[in-house]
Amino acid sequence: MSTEPHYTLYHPRWYRRRVSVWWWLQNRSYTAFVLRELTSVFVAFFAVVYLWQLRALAQGPEAYAQFLARLKTPRLLALDTVAFLFVLFHAITWFNLTPKAMVVRLRGKRVPDWAIVGLNYAAWFVLSWVVAFILLRGG
Amino acid sequence: MMRRITPLLWLLFSAGGTVAALLFPVHLFLTGLAFPLGWLDAPSYESLHRLLAHPVIRLYLFVLISLPLFHWAHRFRYTLYDGLQLKHLTELIAVLCYGAALLGTAMTAYLLWTIP
Repeated sequence: MSTEPHYTLYHPRWYRRRVSVWWWLQNRSYTAFVLRELTSVFVAFFAVVYLWQLRALAQGPEAYAQFLARLKTPRLLALDTVAFLFVLFHAITWFNLTPKAMVVRLRGKRVPDWAIVGLNYAAWFVLSWVVAFILLRGG
Repeated sequence: MMRRITPLLWLLFSAGGTVAALLFPVHLFLTGLAFPLGWLDAPSYESLHRLLAHPVIRLYLFVLISLPLFHWAHRFRYTLYDGLQLKHLTELIAVLCYGAALLGTAMTAYLLWTIP
């Protein structure tokens, strides 16, 4: 029989409830939040497609023709369709959030949210036409 | 160091988000759908090289590819933390995400610099 007292170290632990990895499926606004966060994956995907196009243009006409042919494969067409929908979702949520992230004051008065959102959509519309015009006219 | 560059990362995130929101839908619609499906004629190799002859177009392409990559890096980093609860891998995830964006930026810069 030992006389030594037996100590256990005191380890305080925060109480944290285990949350499932699928927590965001329980509620529609959580799902919308996670889908919005996931748009970034498709944004990166398209940036890589453009980088790939740039590389093809650097390599020569055959590489560019091959790039165009690859875009016609069902797998890439499906991926591009999904990516397009996600990028649209990103654009719409981004424009609608701008007035919340950025408060603009003009002559001491706060510019109303609808004006900032409207300006975003107007810029989107104009820039899209300019890009399409330049690309289709082909320099 | 991470703490010091956080404002810069936020700036890149929001600049990249704006570029992607304003310009990606039209580019993706044309390159990813309208051209391959034959709705519109894809620009020829020569015409794209004529466009690339303008320094402004090269600068535009650099911004168009690089900033959205940083937007992805920043947002995806937090998606992994929150969505998959990977808080213990904070540093590794940050290095991989921003590293990938830097790599993409370097490749874009190199290509734009060397294309004749």
